[in-house]
Amino acid sequence: MDTYSFLRELADSWALLALTLVFLGVILWALRPGSNAIHRDAANAIFRNEQQPAGSDKDLRPVKEA
Amino acid sequence: MWDYVKLIVLALIAVLAAIAANYAHDLPYMVNALVVMLAAAATFVWQLRHVGEPAHHPQSEYLDGVVRAGVIATAFWGVVGFLVGVVIAFQLAFPALNLGHVTEGILNFGRLRPLHTSAVIFAFGGNALIMSSFYIVQRTTAARLFGGNLGWFVFWGWQLMIVLAATSYVLGGTQGKEYAETVWYIDLWIAVVWVAFLLVFIGTLWKRKEPHIYVANWFILSMIVTIAMLHIVNNLAIPVSIFGSKSVQVMGGVQDAMTQWWYGHNAVGFFLTAGFLGMMYYFVPKQAEKPVFSYKLSIIHFWALIFLYIWAGPHHLHYTALPDWASTLGMVFSVILWMPSWGGMINGLMTLSGAWDKLRTDPIIRMMVVSIGFYGMSTFEGPMMSIKAVNSLSHYTDWTIGHVHSGALGWNGMITFGALYFLTPRLWNRSGLYSLKLVSWHFWLATIGIVLYASSMWVSGIMEGLMWREVDANGFLVNAFADTVAAKKPMNIVRGLGGLMFLSGALIMAYNLWMTVRAQPAKAPVNANNLVAAE
Repeated sequence: MDTYSFLRELADSWALLALTLVFLGVILWALRPGSNAIHRDAANAIFRNEQQPAGSDKDLRPVKEA
Repeated sequence: MWDYVKLIVLALIAVLAAIAANYAHDLPYMVNALVVMLAAAATFVWQLRHVGEPAHHPQSEYLDGVVRAGVIATAFWGVVGFLVGVVIAFQLAFPALNLGHVTEGILNFGRLRPLHTSAVIFAFGGNALIMSSFYIVQRTTAARLFGGNLGWFVFWGWQLMIVLAATSYVLGGTQGKEYAETVWYIDLWIAVVWVAFLLVFIGTLWKRKEPHIYVANWFILSMIVTIAMLHIVNNLAIPVSIFGSKSVQVMGGVQDAMTQWWYGHNAVGFFLTAGFLGMMYYFVPKQAEKPVFSYKLSIIHFWALIFLYIWAGPHHLHYTALPDWASTLGMVFSVILWMPSWGGMINGLMTLSGAWDKLRTDPIIRMMVVSIGFYGMSTFEGPMMSIKAVNSLSHYTDWTIGHVHSGALGWNGMITFGALYFLTPRLWNRSGLYSLKLVSWHFWLATIGIVLYASSMWVSGIMEGLMWREVDANGFLVNAFADTVAAKKPMNIVRGLGGLMFLSGALIMAYNLWMTVRAQPAKAPVNANNLVAAE
């Protein structure tokens, strides 16, 4: 089988299946139970550390370890 | 030691550029080589004056100098790009404005058009993306920008690219690929700067102090990575000579066409959409002072957008030599893309739920909301135009131009203006903007300008499409091409006036931002980073 036909068949079958599963997987992962608290914290990240990086002297919020 | 290496390298670049200018086969190459020589010499002098200075990168401060420079560059290139746009719009209505007999073609529509598209997309849009990604990534990771002065290299490298591209276009240097007109050596330079951009961004994410990577950064990172890939593959070319600007594309025929529009559409999808969505997910919640409506929806928006967009390119090649299955695939994915786009639009708009009163009092929020509205409108129009039956009418007509501009002026332009109004008082540590009234003026001039532009292009485009396909009882075409050109004249004038209004709004913005820095009282600085003296 020549390269084109092989790649074409691979793209139409296993690669398509794998991509679809990854796509559905990440969506289900986002909706997983227990993610609410993490997402609420992440959504509010923009309201912290406006003036200077975390850990600087005037920072009021305790720094979380990455 | 390292300083001396830099000096030697810069001196070598300047000398080699001078030699290249001497051996140049064509004018754009020669002028570009001289620009490189001057840039290397200027950097050499700057470096010479800073030899032996200890590096000063305090990790307890953000690096905002480069973002300030980015704000100035964005506003400046925006005005330049819009101005060139207005000029070429009137050239279409009044061809005498090409001034062909005076300038020997340098200011012809054909030369100025890539200058306009590159100036607004890569100079205005590119600077907006670079400066806001540097701002956003620092604030959301709570860490200083990675790489010492590498961020500054990205900024100046990008400005050099803009100057090289602009001087090349007007002197006739192009590789004939839409939105990728830059010739081979500029392409190489873009790749270098872009990889540095990627390093700065990933390095900052790497040393983040927030546990989660905020969603805006995901959009920006996908933009940087995808643009690197698209740029390199689409510009695979072999130079004819190392001393000339001409090169030969590695791919030819329909493969080259497909690669070009895979690039072209994803330049829209990732540069002008994903990157600007990153801006939306930061600046809109910040200005509204409310977190994004649904963080889960923003994650789904992200994955759906990047999984689907990459397949939509073939819709630019309906009814061409491209195989039917490929253009059908492009059409189907374009239509599916409608869903995540509107998911994102709803997410952006609903961020204001409970704060709708701000629309009345805050012209910056109004600008951002109109921007999201235009995002929704053009992501509805786009999938519709990708349907083959619609495309057979709309393609090659002004309708496409109207569509592009409602996206670019409405969505990209307005969200960038919002970001500039948001950033300027903060970056220069001023208590507020100089004048909200002028922001309102800008808002209405820009909005009415876009409406004039888009509606005249709809009328003109549909008329063109219908005139081109009109046949008489014997099956002969009724109209010559020149008939459609003559019929379009009033719409072309309206379009130019719309552009003129948009440009006036941008000039008002530039004045307002200038006066914000100059005349507004400074606030007490937290550290050396935001200590910017009052004028």
